[in-house]
Amino acid sequence: MCVCVCVCVCVCVCVCVCVCVCVCVCVHFYLNCNNMKYMRSPPTPEMATQEVPLNETLAHLKTESETLKSKLEEERAKLHDVELHQVAEKVEGLGQFVMKTRRTLKGHGNKVLCMDWCKDKRRIVSSSQDGKVIVWDAFTTNKEHAVTMPCTWVMACAYAPSGCAVACGGLDNKCSVYPLSLDKNENLAAKKKSVAMHTNYLSACSFTNSDMQILTSSGDGTCALWDVESGQLLQSFHGHAADVLCLDLAPSETGNTFVSGGCDKKANVWDMRSGQCIQSFETHESDINSVRYYPSGDAFASGSDDATCRLYDLRADREVAIYSKDSIIFGVSSVDFSLSGRLLFGGYNDYTINVWDVLKGTRVSILFGHENRVSTLRVSPDGTAFCTGSWDHTLRIWA
Amino acid sequence: MTIRTARPNRAQHFQPRLYCLKKLESILLEMQDTKSGVKGTEQKLNITTIPHVIAGNDTIAWISNKMKTTTEEAQAFGTMLVAYGYIYPLQNHKKLVMCNDSSLYRFQTPYFWPTQKWVPDDSDYAIYLAKRNIRKKGVLEPYEQAHYNHLHEWLNHKWDFIVMQAAEQYKAGKERKKPDRVVFDCQERAYWMVNRPPRCAHSAMDCGPERLIDPNTDEKTTFDIYRRKNMFYQQAIMRSKVKSSVSLGALVKYITTYKNHDPFLASCLPSNPWQTDHDAYWTLNMRRVEVPTKMRVERWSFSLFELLSDLRGRDDFKIFLKKEFSGENLAFWEAAEELKWGTSSSMSTKAETIFKTFLAPGAPRWINIDGRTMGLTVKGLEHPHRYVLEAAQTHVFLLMKKDTFFRYLKSPTYKDIQKKALNPEPHNFSPANLEQNALNRSPGIHPIILWQQEEEEKAKAAAASAPVDVKAMMSKIDRKK
Repeated sequence: MCVCVCVCVCVCVCVCVCVCVCVCVCVHFYLNCNNMKYMRSPPTPEMATQEVPLNETLAHLKTESETLKSKLEEERAKLHDVELHQVAEKVEGLGQFVMKTRRTLKGHGNKVLCMDWCKDKRRIVSSSQDGKVIVWDAFTTNKEHAVTMPCTWVMACAYAPSGCAVACGGLDNKCSVYPLSLDKNENLAAKKKSVAMHTNYLSACSFTNSDMQILTSSGDGTCALWDVESGQLLQSFHGHAADVLCLDLAPSETGNTFVSGGCDKKANVWDMRSGQCIQSFETHESDINSVRYYPSGDAFASGSDDATCRLYDLRADREVAIYSKDSIIFGVSSVDFSLSGRLLFGGYNDYTINVWDVLKGTRVSILFGHENRVSTLRVSPDGTAFCTGSWDHTLRIWA
Repeated sequence: MTIRTARPNRAQHFQPRLYCLKKLESILLEMQDTKSGVKGTEQKLNITTIPHVIAGNDTIAWISNKMKTTTEEAQAFGTMLVAYGYIYPLQNHKKLVMCNDSSLYRFQTPYFWPTQKWVPDDSDYAIYLAKRNIRKKGVLEPYEQAHYNHLHEWLNHKWDFIVMQAAEQYKAGKERKKPDRVVFDCQERAYWMVNRPPRCAHSAMDCGPERLIDPNTDEKTTFDIYRRKNMFYQQAIMRSKVKSSVSLGALVKYITTYKNHDPFLASCLPSNPWQTDHDAYWTLNMRRVEVPTKMRVERWSFSLFELLSDLRGRDDFKIFLKKEFSGENLAFWEAAEELKWGTSSSMSTKAETIFKTFLAPGAPRWINIDGRTMGLTVKGLEHPHRYVLEAAQTHVFLLMKKDTFFRYLKSPTYKDIQKKALNPEPHNFSPANLEQNALNRSPGIHPIILWQQEEEEKAKAAAASAPVDVKAMMSKIDRKK
């Protein structure tokens, strides 16, 4: 029920004016009343999802996704004001390098799959296809400890920061920690501790800043952070669409991020606290076999089956260099930087090691020696040498 | 709960290799070009003539020219072609390498190329060995004989079929012309040499365990996946990015700063242990050395992160802080690191100790952080988790980085250690000395022993700097009166 209020304003100027005003006011109020009639009952909310077909909404999301992606590319391109080799023009070139094999470690009966350095800069742990994990003093070439895993293809191994334990895993889907002992006769397998449990093969593992946490990546497409003492899962990282093959922890003061590379050609940067993927790069054309952070933590390099190594700048959020050559056709199995970050070492599936000048993008040196593919490559903690492991059953130290 | 391990996808067997083999094939086609490829000749082998034979040195020269590489690299490339079975040697058929001399090779027929998507089957191999047995008994190599015996056992159920097939192929082979037969035999032999190598030989056909998930299958893109993707893109767009000139400039700066500290770019003093077999470099740079080297001290000045990462540098920094009576910031930072990287079970006790020592009002080592951060941290400590001190720790670190660190670099403590630092003379070993060094490599100290020593030192230090219980001290004084 509306009330029409007719206000007759009698202005003693003129009869005509008086009449007009009255009429206007009445009309105005009448119109408002009509509107109110329609708005009397609140409108029923439309069941939008029921009415709009599901396909349309999916398509809508898809177009939104595409527009956002191109917007991101736009934003990145806006800041792309210079190339790496341009910035590197002022830097002086590198001289000739003489790098030789200084030690050859023989003792594995089968393909060497992975190795890691101890913080004491001379000891290494290596694992192979036949399930053997050996701790060597690479300087004297003595074998110090040996463990036989209950599975073959031990694809991941890592040395604990304290030097008192090693972690390894592979086709057993687990990551186990073996505390080392000064007693040579002690059976290390007795004190073995099973830490990580994945639903498929373990491809890489790494201790964080202490012996108490391990970061793992697996063929099941996930990475995970584990508490060593309890074996509890602290955080899992989902986002890769295929097997994750490698990971590396950031060497920064906060130490809260890590990068992983997988068979979906993506390299993802993760926040360890929240489990979120904070950056993602997809420029490789095939599986990414190895990722390694630049020493400052602001960039990382990746090596892939497409025979290229690429450098990604985290602050500018894009790929900044590709290290490739026409004569290099076989994939890169592992990469690492020298101490200053000037050199990038790559172990390749054509049995060679290529050394790249990170700034100028040129190849500085090619090293021969292995008789089968180079499967793993790591620079020592103080940068004095790098170690390569190969499918020819040996490890070599180069300096 | 049972964990079902997903079965590996057989198609993934080829995935890793396929990408590069395709590139290899395009180069091979160029090599086989009659005009611009490698020069082929005819070769007399016993009484037959084998066409299209190439020499090792010609092939290597062609590769070197085409790819603009050194001869050594071209030879390595050639060896890859042989190892994968694209080219096979005629003379020494067991050694799958390309030699830089007049050794003879032939291109393998595409039928036998590794990119064909069929796995060299055990049955096929059995047929091949059986065929050779039919042709001439006792011609199989020991390893082939071993394979044959094993296959006879393993494929016993279809052995009749295998023998029948072998006989058929042998008959069909006899009907071919002699030269064609010889060529086909060589090709087949080369194929099986690559795919079933002798036991101890390294083979390029080895591959790792199969990949689990096929990355080429289209993701079933559901609502959820798109929503997540869109959220990720939105966050990525909003995240602050830096201009390339700035970030690349920073990378270059890092390299320039560390140039002289990189053992691959500048010689390390006194010498690189791996090159001279003398470990003086490591002994001079140990954790608890009395006087550090000049290079080490210089590195501490690069950033607070470097200073704190080197425990010897951290010690020196602590000496400086003690003189300034401002050691609580670093102590808090260290305690927060212990919490972050420690075991899950010890977290609540550590959090409590940290609160009592650093954050509670009137705490003995109270740290001066802004009210907001303090409020957030104290509230978080009611339900402590690993990253509860993150905000406070970052604040304290930034404080040290922007103020304390620079004062340290200008302080007499730092200048003093700079003056005292050692600058070792570079070693000058004669070849005889080097030989001697190689025989007397020092074993060093085992990391476990070093770690035990470290733990002892830490315990002593903790006891020495334990927060003084003022109340207890006061009551003690009261009781004495």
